[in-house]
Amino acid sequence: MKKICLVLVGLYLILLSSFAQTKPSQDSIEYKSRKLVLEEVNFVSSYYHQDGNNSSVTGGIGTQKLSDFANIIDIKFAKYDKRYRKHTFTLEGGIDTYSSASSDKIDLTANSSASSHDIRYYPSVSWLVENDKKRTSFGINASASKEFDYQSFGLGISFSKKSIDNNREVGFKAQAYLDQVSLILPIELRTSSNSRREHDDYPTSSRNSFSSSFTYSQIVNQKLQLLFLLDLAWQKGFLSLPFHRVYMNNNTVHSEALPSSRFKIPIGLRANYFLGDKIVIRSFYRFYQDDWGLTSHSVDLETAIKITPFISVSPFYRYYRQSAIKYFEPYQSHLPADKYYTSNYDLSQFDSHFIGAGFRIAPPSGIFGNPHFSMIEIRYGHYLRSTNFNSNIISLNLKFK
Amino acid sequence: MVFKNLIYSLAAFLIMLFCFSSCTTVKAYQKGKLNDAEMVLGSRKIQKSEMSFQSYREGASGVNGGKTGGGCGCN
Repeated sequence: MKKICLVLVGLYLILLSSFAQTKPSQDSIEYKSRKLVLEEVNFVSSYYHQDGNNSSVTGGIGTQKLSDFANIIDIKFAKYDKRYRKHTFTLEGGIDTYSSASSDKIDLTANSSASSHDIRYYPSVSWLVENDKKRTSFGINASASKEFDYQSFGLGISFSKKSIDNNREVGFKAQAYLDQVSLILPIELRTSSNSRREHDDYPTSSRNSFSSSFTYSQIVNQKLQLLFLLDLAWQKGFLSLPFHRVYMNNNTVHSEALPSSRFKIPIGLRANYFLGDKIVIRSFYRFYQDDWGLTSHSVDLETAIKITPFISVSPFYRYYRQSAIKYFEPYQSHLPADKYYTSNYDLSQFDSHFIGAGFRIAPPSGIFGNPHFSMIEIRYGHYLRSTNFNSNIISLNLKFK
Repeated sequence: MVFKNLIYSLAAFLIMLFCFSSCTTVKAYQKGKLNDAEMVLGSRKIQKSEMSFQSYREGASGVNGGKTGGGCGCN
């Protein structure tokens, strides 16, 4: 009898729960606020420090010590229009403050010149329209970046469309950056005609970058999703940096010279897999090739371990390998007859390891019980390059909703 | 050479499209794990500075959400 009663109670609860799944009334589905509401605010702070002994400012030898403190804030607003399309507006502002021992050596006799430190400002705005009925989204963005010797303006558009079952999505993005490089030569290469003092206006030259990105994402099953990415990028203009020295094998010094165009093809695949109930494996592979002769492979692997549903620890590892560009030679190795030359070790052959961990907490009741303070994330990484270069970075992300 | 690689890349893209077409359909109510914050396909905001320094300190860039131009990274 007791069993029969329990079965009946069970059946009643199942019946009750099935009613709980009934479709809400049409009004409650379609009502969406048309007011512009603050959706999300993110603060991201990072401290980066590097050291090495292959500075391109001093021709491939000398200190690469650099510290950078970056702060970014982004504010996201959203509203629905009469046709129930969601409009998202994102405003972002970033400030980097950095000090660089190598830049200080533009003047080899200086010990703390104006070029030893700088501030970079980089604001951006974007507008995204998402149409649930058509399963499409369209976005535009504009950005700027300003530092003492470099200015950049960026414009971009994006479009994506999902399949009927929302399991596939194709995307396209086009981006252009129109930059100006200040032509600051190493002090010993300045003649009376191109000589400027530290705070004078320097002549500039343009550097433009254009890229198109294609993406295709696919849900494979309830635990696995993939993303395929292809970029075609083209740069044109002044692609070298005038204050990068190159010492030839006859001990003469020149300003770096590189071709005025560069075509790049990176291709990548992301795969995210939910293993069991507590582990998420994120992986990424990229193959890259350009017409300067640089080929690279990078593999990222990150495992997010959920200590609770809202707290996770994510150890990660990244391996990167690249070949040198055809115009690279180390200190005092270039021939005076070479047309293009650089001793920038960022374009040399090397492999690198990046290892670290992240910690993320996002309780449903908010951090410290504050429902608006929704997430805090900390991430540390150590980077080691085979050219005897190393760096450390620590980042913090605070999210408010 | 670059053009040849472009052809290979596009061929790989088409093969993947073909492979993906055999995937099972996952209903909205079955996407609990796929919608988890850790399953986002793309870089997270906290990785922004990491991607910047990598694009400056390495010759390759692109497809990881990082920039393919703009900003100097001169040092």
